[in-house]
Amino acid sequence: MLIYLSKRLGLSVLVALFASILAFSLLRLQGNAASALAGEGARPEDIALIIQTYGLDRPLVVQYLSWLGDVLQGDFGTSYFFRSPVADLILAKVGNTVILALASLSIALCLAIPLGVLAAVYSGTWIDRICVLISLMGQALPSFFLALCLIMVFAIKLRWLPASGDASWRHFVLPALTLGYYITPPFMRLVRAGMIDALGNDYVRTARAKGLPGYRVVTKHALRNALVPVVGLVAVQLGLLIGGSVVIESIFALDGLGYLAYQSIGYRDFPVLQAVVLLLAVVYVVLVLLADLVNAWIDPRLRVS
Amino acid sequence: MTDLSPPATPGRYSWSRIKEHPSLVIGGGMVLLIVLMAVFAPVIAPHDPLAQNITARTIPPVWYENGSWEHILGTDQLGRDYLSRLIYGARVSLFIGFAAVSIAGVIGTVLGLLGGYFGGRIDSFVTFVTTIRLSLPVILVALAVVAVFGGSITIVVIVLGLLKWDRFAVVIRATTAQIARLDYIRSAQAAGASTFYILTREVLPNLTPQLIVIATIEIASAILMEAALSFLGLGVQPPTPSWGLMISEAKAYMFFSFWLIAIPGLALATLVFAINMAGDGLRDLISPDRRG
Repeated sequence: MLIYLSKRLGLSVLVALFASILAFSLLRLQGNAASALAGEGARPEDIALIIQTYGLDRPLVVQYLSWLGDVLQGDFGTSYFFRSPVADLILAKVGNTVILALASLSIALCLAIPLGVLAAVYSGTWIDRICVLISLMGQALPSFFLALCLIMVFAIKLRWLPASGDASWRHFVLPALTLGYYITPPFMRLVRAGMIDALGNDYVRTARAKGLPGYRVVTKHALRNALVPVVGLVAVQLGLLIGGSVVIESIFALDGLGYLAYQSIGYRDFPVLQAVVLLLAVVYVVLVLLADLVNAWIDPRLRVS
Repeated sequence: MTDLSPPATPGRYSWSRIKEHPSLVIGGGMVLLIVLMAVFAPVIAPHDPLAQNITARTIPPVWYENGSWEHILGTDQLGRDYLSRLIYGARVSLFIGFAAVSIAGVIGTVLGLLGGYFGGRIDSFVTFVTTIRLSLPVILVALAVVAVFGGSITIVVIVLGLLKWDRFAVVIRATTAQIARLDYIRSAQAAGASTFYILTREVLPNLTPQLIVIATIEIASAILMEAALSFLGLGVQPPTPSWGLMISEAKAYMFFSFWLIAIPGLALATLVFAINMAGDGLRDLISPDRRG
């Protein structure tokens, strides 16, 4: 277990390191960061000053290493646009994104587990088909279109919920519903497949033969086993949610990491964007590592490879 | 589920087999219709999708009280015929979907083939690169690259193509690793066939079912991503009619003219729904044993 652990840990650190190189070089591909920063119609002196202030004339490798050195000490630089430390900005916004991600995940699981179980128990019948149809529709509706529809109905027509902002819990309802519905299909498919698999097992037959009532066989015996792979998907989806909320946060003007990243793209605010991309990559790597470790702990066979 | 009667035709993918999968027939039929609509856009579209008419702005579709048959789906905020824009928009969505997935498919398949066939260090490398790719937030990276290079159909295709190969790599690698152990590959090796020959002639043809299924999933996802990028203003640029861009442009008129966002939104949903449905049907057709 210890060897497996150290191997996985080393790999994760390497992946994070390469992600940081990509995050850094991505925004320098075009090369004229300084003129982009100075904006249109900037005088050459202004551009020269910007190059000097931010050290943009140094070789890329030097710039990267000094950036990485600072990052490792918790210093993500200063935002070009907000004129405040990037670390402070991120700390101020990350809470909203985490709340949104957890809320949407809960909504998705509340929808996906009952629907997936229903579809599996009544596999092949019209109930199954309706559940599959719901999942297909969830995959097909563009999240931003769903968001606009929800705004139209609940914020403009009914005036029940606010359309934008993050002042109270009510501001999180519509974004969480949108994202939650959006990520439901993969969970539903996994639960359905896992349940169909589990229901065909001998221990389920034994439980039924013992005369246990149907709902107890389904919930206690089959569902427990069907939920094991869901743990891994939760980790992956949580990572994607924290990154994928860019679109939804922008529509609802919910002041989280995604909205910050979207703004920083518009302002060519490279330090902020680099930091967010790196942070999201690290979050993803850590979540996948955790999921792997949990799986290895559950299933010893996985530790070998 | 014991069907003892022999199949009417021996062909694996014959029409009689396809008919048994209604989702493939319905989904595939819908996709085919939309593709035909895109291909024959200049013939079908009643108006020029770019022609503005200031005197005929936001005319509602024909089923509204003051709609007219002149503009069946109405006109947008610049007086452009919405049906024509919708028809031309299908071209943008489908082209970006197919082109981006072609690039992604080549990258992912090559990586997956190499990793799965050779194993060892090459496999570790492929897994490593795939993990790095998975750790990057796709939408954010795509937005940033488009922001740096400027939005256009070409840039969107390249960015999505370079980002969306992960599923190809993962699935092709796993399947190739299984195939590489089979006897017929061993005999090809023993017969002195070159590695390139084995990979392209012996392994690749057996991956076709997997490739088709992943490609449908990825095309649907690429179409949605293009729409999201264009919606955020960092994808296809105006005045090109892209469904995502149409929704974005009409956002401000949403309250009084909801159909302006409902029509392209439903068009996107229909196309993606049809592709996914066809993909589901294809998966069932190709691997009936995995049907649950």
